[in-house]
Amino acid sequence: MSETIDEVATAGPRPTAKRLTRGQLVLRRFLRNKGAVFGLVIIAVLVLVAIFGEYILPWRYDVKDRNAYYAPPDGIHWFGTTQSGGDVLALTVRGLGKSLIIGFAVAIIQTSLAAIIGSSAAYLGGWYEKAWLWVIDLMLVLPSFFLIAIMTTGGPKGPNAWMLLVVLLAAFGWQLSARVVRSLSLSVKEREYVAAARFMGLSTPRLLLRHIVPNIASMLIVDVCLGVGYAILGEAGLSYFGFGVQAPDTSLGTMIAEGAQSTTIAPWIFLTPASLLVLLVMCVNAVGDGLRDALDPGSMSGGRA
Amino acid sequence: MTDPNAPAQKTRRTAAGDVVLSVQDLQVTFPSEAGPVRAVRGLSFDLTAGETMAIVGESGSGKSVTSLAIMGLHPRTTRVSGSVKLHGEELIGRTDAQLSKIRGNKLAMIFQDPLSALTPVYTIGDQIVEAIQTHYDVPRKQAWERAVDLLDLVGIPNPQLRVKSFPHEFSGGMRQRAMIAQAIANDPDVIIADEPTTALDVTIQAQVLEVLKKAQHETGAAVIMITHDLGVVAGMADRITVMYAGRPVEQGRVDDIFYRPRMPYTIGLLGAVPRLDATNKEPLATLEGNPPSVVDLPPGCPFAPRCPLATAQCRTEEPPLDGAGRHLAACWETDRIIGEKLTSVELFPSPVFERTELAPSERRSRPTVLELKDMQRHYPLMKGAVLRRRVGTVFAVDGIDLDIVEGETLGLVGESGCGKSTTLLEILNLKAPTGGSVEVFGKPTAHLSRRERKQLRRDLQVVFQDPMASLDPRMPIFDIIAEPMGVHGFSKADIEQRVMELLRTVGLEEGHASRYPQHFSGGQRQRVGIARALALKPKVLVLDEPVSALDVSIQAGVINLLEDLQQKLGLSYLFVAHDLAVIRHIADRVAVMYLGKIVEIGDVTEVYERPSHPYTQALLSAIPIPDPETERSRTRILLQGDLPSPANPPSGCKFRTRCPLFAALTEEKRALCLETMPPLLDVRQAHLDHKVACHYPTVIDVLALDSSGTATDSPYAAAAAAAVAETAPDDAATPAAGADPRPDGDR
Repeated sequence: MSETIDEVATAGPRPTAKRLTRGQLVLRRFLRNKGAVFGLVIIAVLVLVAIFGEYILPWRYDVKDRNAYYAPPDGIHWFGTTQSGGDVLALTVRGLGKSLIIGFAVAIIQTSLAAIIGSSAAYLGGWYEKAWLWVIDLMLVLPSFFLIAIMTTGGPKGPNAWMLLVVLLAAFGWQLSARVVRSLSLSVKEREYVAAARFMGLSTPRLLLRHIVPNIASMLIVDVCLGVGYAILGEAGLSYFGFGVQAPDTSLGTMIAEGAQSTTIAPWIFLTPASLLVLLVMCVNAVGDGLRDALDPGSMSGGRA
Repeated sequence: MTDPNAPAQKTRRTAAGDVVLSVQDLQVTFPSEAGPVRAVRGLSFDLTAGETMAIVGESGSGKSVTSLAIMGLHPRTTRVSGSVKLHGEELIGRTDAQLSKIRGNKLAMIFQDPLSALTPVYTIGDQIVEAIQTHYDVPRKQAWERAVDLLDLVGIPNPQLRVKSFPHEFSGGMRQRAMIAQAIANDPDVIIADEPTTALDVTIQAQVLEVLKKAQHETGAAVIMITHDLGVVAGMADRITVMYAGRPVEQGRVDDIFYRPRMPYTIGLLGAVPRLDATNKEPLATLEGNPPSVVDLPPGCPFAPRCPLATAQCRTEEPPLDGAGRHLAACWETDRIIGEKLTSVELFPSPVFERTELAPSERRSRPTVLELKDMQRHYPLMKGAVLRRRVGTVFAVDGIDLDIVEGETLGLVGESGCGKSTTLLEILNLKAPTGGSVEVFGKPTAHLSRRERKQLRRDLQVVFQDPMASLDPRMPIFDIIAEPMGVHGFSKADIEQRVMELLRTVGLEEGHASRYPQHFSGGQRQRVGIARALALKPKVLVLDEPVSALDVSIQAGVINLLEDLQQKLGLSYLFVAHDLAVIRHIADRVAVMYLGKIVEIGDVTEVYERPSHPYTQALLSAIPIPDPETERSRTRILLQGDLPSPANPPSGCKFRTRCPLFAALTEEKRALCLETMPPLLDVRQAHLDHKVACHYPTVIDVLALDSSGTATDSPYAAAAAAAVAETAPDDAATPAAGADPRPDGDR
């Protein structure tokens, strides 16, 4: 008694929805937040400076100007020089580039790990979940600062040593996000569309990637943004003590460390990278907050009356 | 009845019969992303002291917004205009501090969800005392005594003890009663009840409505009852306002609205409600389209796009609310409706399709698609954090037998906690249950390989309850419907073709395939869910309350669609619901579950007209019928107490703690109920498909019970005396006193 298929259905052109898509709606709400927009612009400027800085600026970061040791900011060196004659601006821009790379790389790796581990632990439950929760708790308890310090100073050196730093920072940074992802996934797991997918025979990995992770995407996006700030600060802290980025490579942290010794006589060496660090992290936080408000349908960024 | 602990007996400012609350041209507007939302556009009514006014409407009609506007509970960004006068004093425009003196004192509100309306960290007694002490300078001891008296008034057993409980220690019905107690603590003049029983089970709903009536009687307050359930309205209201798209479209006395409706929307609504006492199975009246979104309303009457009588004037000018006497309607065509005596049959003709009844003898000749044999599902109760040990068992499903043949619909009814959802999950999981067996198409599910299970899933599909939650909001509906086919390896071209075909089958437009679920209304989303379930051409559909989350006018369309699909595609349905009226309409057979066991099963007409188990009788008796005369003249069989915990079921018959028949039996007869669980046996002759699990089954036609009888337990007093223990099918099961042969006709 089944229905016979009589005609061949030709798929006509699909009309585009006249209403705003979700992406457009989120963008509109984001743009209303002046602080977040300002932060985004500043970050964009900083990224551009980091990429193209060395072609624009008059001095290169590894050139020592023997005529100017501890020179205060003037017409030749806009932000002064260091003890060995290096141009503070060029060094800072180079350090900024390194900090930005480390920051973004760590944040993306960290959030991806948290997403996969947290959602699978929530969905599969049982011993798998218990094991991962145990690992998370253990790693949260371990003194990550010291471990990273030991591993970077004792480990390989060279121009690409920062990659080890990225791996270590990410490895010790995903735990808290994973816990949040797990609790969010626990509530998504109970939704009926997940049950519907299970009852139509969808395999577990596909189910996780197709149904669970996209529905906690808002949290993940915000997590990446805020993670950038934390990673940069973490790297700066390690480098200050000499553990993170090693010489001759430079980053904001090493610059601050170098400048800290001579704060009283040459404050510009310390102030330049420090202010840039503060500015960068504040802007990243503003963007993260703005995104979170824009993605949250219940927040008070309600429309025009 | 003077209460010495009551705050100084209020002399009512407005005498009975005078207007206590007067609402004129109330308008409420919210800001939103898409522009101003005019949720209420001009509501006016006068409420007399002591009367009950019901505001009826579906989602988007503005009824809940009205109640919050009267109480002044909207956030500051909302614009409320118009006039709300309590005892002649204007409420709109007052500050929050001034309104706080009135709220809880003269105006009280009962909310929909008692769990979120009661503060979880304070005891019930604390909250009632807070309500009293905020308005009156009463010593704490006196206030506590009044709280205990109030809890006793609303029927909570052991009030001295329970006054110190926390809200989470009460069941849903008791929480709602506690909220009613809190609302009447200060003898208010107006009580606003915002969907007070929507979240409750049917038998609990009957209890709570009785309490509400009693509370109104005790305090003499006027009640505004906001609801979408026309049956509840028929039993409680004196006057009704029907709202649509933010405006009242009909207003009048309850008899006028139910028996002489003048506006096509009201007529359609009354025709679309499935009735418990309907003997015929004609398709329900369907209203095409959906309730409009109040963001951008077209000019003219908001109902015009769905109205069969719409004229050019209807589409350009919005009709005012006017009429003769106190029966007002907002429609340009009222004269035509009155003159031609138009009813829902003429205005909203339902699609005609063949409905073949399934005779019991024919059943046996069809292949069985689903069979449960003594199926059990127990969950262990674990205690302890680190070392978990088992302290007990939750007997969620405790041995049920049922079977479905090809082309048949079995309705599984019961209240929350009876195990019907667990039964569904067990069937869908296709794994071995704790005990017994599940057989799908003759194959037991206990030892299936993964491939066999995946294969079987093609023939067994599910439609869920909540249309919003059952569709992934991140996928367009083309992908949602195509997903099952993708999992089972269909080619892209096949998928494309089939999705379009399915969209047409369920009545949606093909052009909408790239839209997301949030762009559709509830009824349309449910149709997408049905299309997804049909994608693999299944033979059995399991439906978990598919229409309970939908508005009444949309419900009828989905029910008709399901019936149509069954006829065309030869599907079998396992239909789980708590709405017995819908089941009567759509099912061929029905099984009633209580605490994990089936208490009555059989042909749906048999069970509904000759219910033999006291629980079935109580269920049927508790359901409100949208007919004021029937409601007024009915006596209800009210069950006492609450559902026992499934972790600790009573010995013997599980229903005996609440059974009115048990209460009326003598000691020796009770022994049987206390010791053994009654088996499921045929009530009369075996060929009449009707089995019941009761030691003393008695047929009582609850729908014909009227208040001409004497005491409240009279139906069972005589039955208890005449009861004979059932160990074999008994041909002489006598109908008890009061069960008159049903009068002809539905009304």
